[in-house]
Amino acid sequence: MSSRKKNPVWAFFASVRLALFLLFILAATSIFGTVIQQNQPAAQYVKEYGEKTAHLFQVLELTDMYNSWWFLSLLGIFSLNLIVCSLERIPNVIRLVKKDNLTIKTEQLARMKIRKTLALPLPPEQSVRRVTDYLHGRGWKTTKREKDGGILLFAQRGAWTRFGVYIVHLSILVILIGAVIGSPTFARKVLHNEKFAFKGSIMIPESRETNFIYSFANGKKIDLGFTVRCNYFTIEYYANGMPKTYLSKVSVLENGKPVPLKDGSTVHDLKVNKPLTYRGITFYQSSYQPYSDFLTVLVDKKTNQKENRIIGGGTQIKSKILPVSFGIINQEVRGEAVQRIKIWFSDNQADPAIFWVNNGQKAIIKRPSGEYELTVKQLYATGLQVTKDPGVWFVYVGCGMMLFGLFVAFFMSHRKIYAFIREEAGQTTLIFAGSAHKNKVGFEKVFSRLVDEFQQQMA
Amino acid sequence: MNSSQLFGITTLCYLLSAVFYVALLVFKKKKVGTIGLGFAIIGVLVQTAAIGLRWLESYQMGIGHAPLTNMYESLVFFAWCTTLFYIFMEFKFKARVVGAFVMPFAVAAMAYASFAKRINQQISPLVPALQSNWLLAHVITCFIGYGAFAVAGGLGLMYLLKKSGIKKGKKQDSFTGSLPELKVIDDLTHKTIIFGFMWLSAGIITGAVWANEAWGTYWSWDPKETWSIITWFIYASTLHARFTRGWSGSRIAWLAIIGFISVFFTYFGVNFLLSGLHSYGAS
Repeated sequence: MSSRKKNPVWAFFASVRLALFLLFILAATSIFGTVIQQNQPAAQYVKEYGEKTAHLFQVLELTDMYNSWWFLSLLGIFSLNLIVCSLERIPNVIRLVKKDNLTIKTEQLARMKIRKTLALPLPPEQSVRRVTDYLHGRGWKTTKREKDGGILLFAQRGAWTRFGVYIVHLSILVILIGAVIGSPTFARKVLHNEKFAFKGSIMIPESRETNFIYSFANGKKIDLGFTVRCNYFTIEYYANGMPKTYLSKVSVLENGKPVPLKDGSTVHDLKVNKPLTYRGITFYQSSYQPYSDFLTVLVDKKTNQKENRIIGGGTQIKSKILPVSFGIINQEVRGEAVQRIKIWFSDNQADPAIFWVNNGQKAIIKRPSGEYELTVKQLYATGLQVTKDPGVWFVYVGCGMMLFGLFVAFFMSHRKIYAFIREEAGQTTLIFAGSAHKNKVGFEKVFSRLVDEFQQQMA
Repeated sequence: MNSSQLFGITTLCYLLSAVFYVALLVFKKKKVGTIGLGFAIIGVLVQTAAIGLRWLESYQMGIGHAPLTNMYESLVFFAWCTTLFYIFMEFKFKARVVGAFVMPFAVAAMAYASFAKRINQQISPLVPALQSNWLLAHVITCFIGYGAFAVAGGLGLMYLLKKSGIKKGKKQDSFTGSLPELKVIDDLTHKTIIFGFMWLSAGIITGAVWANEAWGTYWSWDPKETWSIITWFIYASTLHARFTRGWSGSRIAWLAIIGFISVFFTYFGVNFLLSGLHSYGAS
């Protein structure tokens, strides 16, 4: 225990007792935040818990406890404990891994739990070759030394697996580092660059575009550096009325021109679970807002001239390019969603056409002046959550490391095999012995199979 | 034959299995235990078919998805994982009487799923948030972990019973005498916790990756997430206490039980008592 000689602060952070205490405290305090609803308006707490308790919550920052100074400090101490604890023990592990195992006293082999003594019909030198070749053939690379009137062979596998638990410890640190890098608070308060990492949202009505979003942290605008347009938004429903898909068709524009995205198209189908990432900024479908206005597309079937307009319910407009006017007389609504729309359409050459059409469905209108196609659709805005998290890859790498490290730490072990060959009274004897630092039962099976097959080979 | 009839048969099999395992505990007749195991195996096979059939039925309804999307389906899957894990353990470690402490969990889950009023058994379509390839990975990893922790909790309970039996100086022929040696139970508890911990970690990670795909936040401290990390902390400290401070026996048995209570709350309590992002798991 070299830590006793070192300073007491180091010793404090190197103790597993502290780790156990911190794990317990982290677990216990985390419960508060699941019982007390987090990040509600202050008045809500007063209403629910009374003035005094609400004040106490405020003082202890229990209303946003996972970002409170004391919880973050606990995580900080936990990290420090993790680092010091590991640093304290790793040199020992390195020593174990690098150890010269051939220095073992041969009498010790006879006392090892997993061992087998065989008599061999070959002289010692030949036996050594046979054993070496055999072990090598099974993936056990041997080293050799003459000692105690015989030859000692040694082979080991999985020495590195002793580091498994430290891979797990490191993975937790990597995840925490990733969390700090990706934290909007860190970007704002420490880096003074809120564009480095942020979370926010924006509502974009169909056919409109934006080059900024609103930060969740303070409601301020954050410039995107490019433009996002919502071309179209729709909700599909299942037969039982449950929502099936929220779909936004969005485009990214640079200098006013649509940019081809990953799949080569300039329009991305943005859905829940199918976000869009552009220049490190990711857009998620998160909400929507129906309006009482309508998005209209008018097409002249002969010339394919097209006109997009937004009009209000109960109003009419005159086309700017075609000799027609149209308007919305009435609509049928379920909840906030328009189902059918009653349209008035005229080219001033006969009585105006009046008809019902389903929301978003094409209507073909034959008039004396030509054939027209009109689509009228309730106007929606899509609500996007927008995130820039440059730390997320650290987090993912950390997660991968953790699973790998746990597997190594739990299910793999450092296994050693010794073979000592000596001539005693004209007879060559071979002692096989082995050890594993974990899963001894499993290793015993491997060991006896190895020895049995060797015996068969010799026979 | 439809899937809910098959689930009914499953429940019956698990019930009989539990009864026979408890009888084994009391009467110590080897045959009784074999019957218990037999019912458990039949139950798991029928249930596997039932889960497959329910999956198929959802496709016939035109809303095809894996049957892992609401409280009913998750309870069924929990019973399946727990029983399967137990059967595997019985074959590997030959500790048959453990079934008396594990099968009741499976019965309870199936019975609650089938009879509780608040549980909706309908196959319903997937809301947009659940339409992801991560659904399978997340639910399966979590529930393998939950199943293992249920078994570990049962083992912990068994350890404490056996120990109190020994303390009272009861003879070998008494009720607790038929339980395996304390050392064996202790070792099994430890191994089971390790196995569960691995899967719980994987479950939390797949959940985080999914949350990031769906909402742009891999961790938002919602009650379900927080309770899963609380559970993780409890088992992490259990493993450290054992590896580095040499804890074993009663203390580990208690931790296995406390850990399972935390698992239970993560799985169940959060849905019913607290509000959060996992609301679709609640009915």
